[in-house]
Amino acid sequence: MTGERAPLLKVRDLSHRYGRNLGCRDVSFDLHPGEVLGIVGESGSGKTTLLKCVSGQLQPTTGSISYRTRDVGPVDVYGMSEARRRLLMRTDWGIVYQNARDGLRMKVSAGANVGERLMAIGDRHYGHIRAEAVDWLERVEMDLGRIDDLPATFSGGMQQRLQIARNLVTKPRLVFMDEPTSGLDVSVQARLLDLIRGLVGSLGIACVVVTHDLGVVRLLSHRLMVMKGGDVVEHGLTDQVLDDPQHPYTQLLVSSILPV
Amino acid sequence: MTPILDADVMLRAERLAKSFVLHNQGGVRIDVFADLTLDVRRGECLILSGPSGAGKSSLLRSLYANYKPQSGAVLVRHGTEIVDLCTAEPYRILEVRRRTLGYVSQFLRVIPRVPTLDLVTAPLTDRGVDPDEARERAGTLLARLRIPPALWRLPPATFSGGEQQRVNIAMTFVQDYPILLLDEPTASLDVENRWTVTDLIAEACKRGAAVVGIFHDAEVRAAVGTRSYDLDGGRQAA
Repeated sequence: MTGERAPLLKVRDLSHRYGRNLGCRDVSFDLHPGEVLGIVGESGSGKTTLLKCVSGQLQPTTGSISYRTRDVGPVDVYGMSEARRRLLMRTDWGIVYQNARDGLRMKVSAGANVGERLMAIGDRHYGHIRAEAVDWLERVEMDLGRIDDLPATFSGGMQQRLQIARNLVTKPRLVFMDEPTSGLDVSVQARLLDLIRGLVGSLGIACVVVTHDLGVVRLLSHRLMVMKGGDVVEHGLTDQVLDDPQHPYTQLLVSSILPV
Repeated sequence: MTPILDADVMLRAERLAKSFVLHNQGGVRIDVFADLTLDVRRGECLILSGPSGAGKSSLLRSLYANYKPQSGAVLVRHGTEIVDLCTAEPYRILEVRRRTLGYVSQFLRVIPRVPTLDLVTAPLTDRGVDPDEARERAGTLLARLRIPPALWRLPPATFSGGEQQRVNIAMTFVQDYPILLLDEPTASLDVENRWTVTDLIAEACKRGAAVVGIFHDAEVRAAVGTRSYDLDGGRQAA
């Protein structure tokens, strides 16, 4: 396989233990450019541990993660220097946190939150940074009248949209999302999901989305991984896993959705 | 080894077997079909027939990779390649669905709050058709299916059953899929709209599409079907 067909991210036999406790065990998968992978499971199933490991935030106990960079091809994410990894995370990757406070700088304006990521990769032209910030705030459907306001004055949904703009402004190829919609009202959720879907689709960004909400993965993800007790118990095409679940736990999960 | 299909075969189910094991209901196993082999050729409309519960929908869903067969292969002619949906990576299956394999289910399942016209336009813009042209084609088809333009700006959630079904049909027929899988697309339609859909299916066959369908209405079957495949419902617990 060559070019865009080659996987962007290769995870092999990844395990993480917290002392004697298991986080996740023997996880392997490939993520292709533009592909959205959903990871579902109950609290404590290891999904957030897995996300932290593959996004460079938590060194796994064993296993490897290889990322295909634009310039030099595949690199070992934990084999590179800390500085290089941080640069990668600022430029090629994005991370959208469940709690916007973890992903935003609450003491600077909305516009600066978006502009800051550009400055971090070397953009020094104020006019250009401002224009890009405005463009991205529009793309996430934010009221431009609020560009100079602090994120602390925003609603949860607006903070989440700001976080998305802040991440996408550097045109990342890979974005990690941890429960991106779970703290929000259902009405806000639907719009945010549609927005994420549209942006991710039109920009061809690969995504790893962790959630406990099967509705979110049905809308967003192409591929689904179901975790239980640190293990991946089922993995496949999203609609196939949800409509024809094979594993007892997945069957239980799917049959437990409350009808509206 | 790359599987080989006759030049005019678009889709082949090969020794396909499907069963369900209900782990949370005492591990009951339901065998739907086994050792099922069939070819669908360019320009033909194959009708799946058989009593209710015989596994017609399960077969159709297996052909779409929405259900996971226990064994066998689903070979699809995708451009110049042959792809086995039973072993292909998810991203490959999605590529095949985007360009080659269209599916109309009995129920509309879409993102909430997206306007009808956008839903029908999206499959075209997703594959690179100019947005203006895509909207025009979507509008033409919606009009042909008698969805009044006043409704195009609304999401279909509040539409009647028949209207939702026509939106569903439009979302698939807006592009010229080489293979179409249709699960009772005319079930909740009135007579006029039923014939419009029948016309659409006949036109698809005429341009060379391979169609597999389930139709309860005998008149529709007679109008579009070129061949039928009978599932006898071998539902014995093993």
